[in-house]
Amino acid sequence: MERVILHCDLNSFYASVEELYHPESRGKPIAVGGDVDARHGIILAKNQPAKKTGIQTGEALWQAKLKCPDLIIYKPNYPRYMLFSQRVRGIFHDYTDLIEPFGLDEAWLDVTGSGIYGTGEQIADILRQRIRSELGVTASVGVSFNKIFAKLGSDLRKPDYTTIISRDNYRQLVWPLSCGELLYVGRSSQRKLAENGIETIGQLAQASPALLRKLLGKWGEMLWSFANGYENSPVARYDSSEIVKSIGNSVTCYRDLATEQDLDIVMYVLAESVASRLRDHGFLCRLVSISLRTNDLLCFSRQMTVEPTNLASEIMKAVRELYRNNYHWEKPLRSVGVRAGKLIGEESGRQLSLFVDEQIRQKEGRLERVIDDIRSRYGFYSIRRLSTLLDQPLSSFDPKGEHVIFPESYF
Amino acid sequence: MKQFVDVICLYQRSGQIKPLYILWEDGSRYAIDRITQIVPAASLRSGGMGLRYTCRIGSQQRYLFLEEGKWFVERMPIH
Repeated sequence: MERVILHCDLNSFYASVEELYHPESRGKPIAVGGDVDARHGIILAKNQPAKKTGIQTGEALWQAKLKCPDLIIYKPNYPRYMLFSQRVRGIFHDYTDLIEPFGLDEAWLDVTGSGIYGTGEQIADILRQRIRSELGVTASVGVSFNKIFAKLGSDLRKPDYTTIISRDNYRQLVWPLSCGELLYVGRSSQRKLAENGIETIGQLAQASPALLRKLLGKWGEMLWSFANGYENSPVARYDSSEIVKSIGNSVTCYRDLATEQDLDIVMYVLAESVASRLRDHGFLCRLVSISLRTNDLLCFSRQMTVEPTNLASEIMKAVRELYRNNYHWEKPLRSVGVRAGKLIGEESGRQLSLFVDEQIRQKEGRLERVIDDIRSRYGFYSIRRLSTLLDQPLSSFDPKGEHVIFPESYF
Repeated sequence: MKQFVDVICLYQRSGQIKPLYILWEDGSRYAIDRITQIVPAASLRSGGMGLRYTCRIGSQQRYLFLEEGKWFVERMPIH
């Protein structure tokens, strides 16, 4: 039986919610942006009138103000966005239990077995209508036979549209689009493809898988199957996406990081938070990755495998090795992150190393747990590493306590 | 305009909350004669989202919203 997959995308989600709560600014250009003083001053979302002035998500608030002096900027209200997101999922649940959220504002729904509510298109229209009347925001929905095309469909026409991509029309609808529209084709893949004369999704579909593999590795073949509509991954059930796959923290600092000492201070705070959260959940990690974003917003990440650990000191050792080997300070850094992946249960047993003194390791583990304890009783700032006092403003953030939203990954 | 109001309610055995009176800011008290519909809805006019009670008050029909534990009505703009 042909699957019926919907992808529902709340249009300019944060901005739409703010627009609803500020009726006086309806129809005017508005945006949601971070705190200027703490330098999280970038555009997170914008509404249609703001979009028309050329404002882009991710640009600094002052840049946006130059393009549109009348721009009204609201601070993000995450608890409210979470509430809306929950309500939307509540509506989804009336039609199917196969819901895979993708961030706060997007989700895939498998409605193959929901025939009593109508066809995919009818359900999509009902969803849009209910989201509009019950929540006062709009959604665009893509209907297709796989997740990739459903997502493309929801991007094709917005706001408040249903787009159907079927086996009969995907060649006309999808193939003329640029490769960059496809999920997981980023700037660098797009460039590599373009250098080989592959500009559209159609050309990607008709390229030889062997060539694509040579260009992009195993991703190449995967993208080829995406383009041809062969993608057939299931819509994960709502609950199973709650399973933790990795634990990470990142921060945009109040000033650019210019030296290794700066970076070390910030990374240590992040590593401590990640380690502490690993311990809270009873995990050890076998992979440590860092992400670095320079002040011209170029972003990259590097990772390495490690012996299973949940100690800040060991995670930090890996972090140091990663940035020393991979970053040469061409530009100051604007934001950085640490992530622990390939998680295994704490109790699952561990190969002891011949070259590390296990007694010292266990002592360190106990020490870090005591620090966790002190912090949970007396607050995060009650006990800190001396090195983080070298630059107090830089290290004064609590990634664990302030951590609210986990964007969920596709795989 | 969003006008938060005091409301006197009956908490029913079934768990439903039934608003009985709306207390206006000038001290007057309006009895809700009938509730004709209760649906989740957004108020585009006053900017909010919650449970919308369609109330008959005398000869008039008005929406009363319950949003995150607070009641509000859509205040008519003065023409």
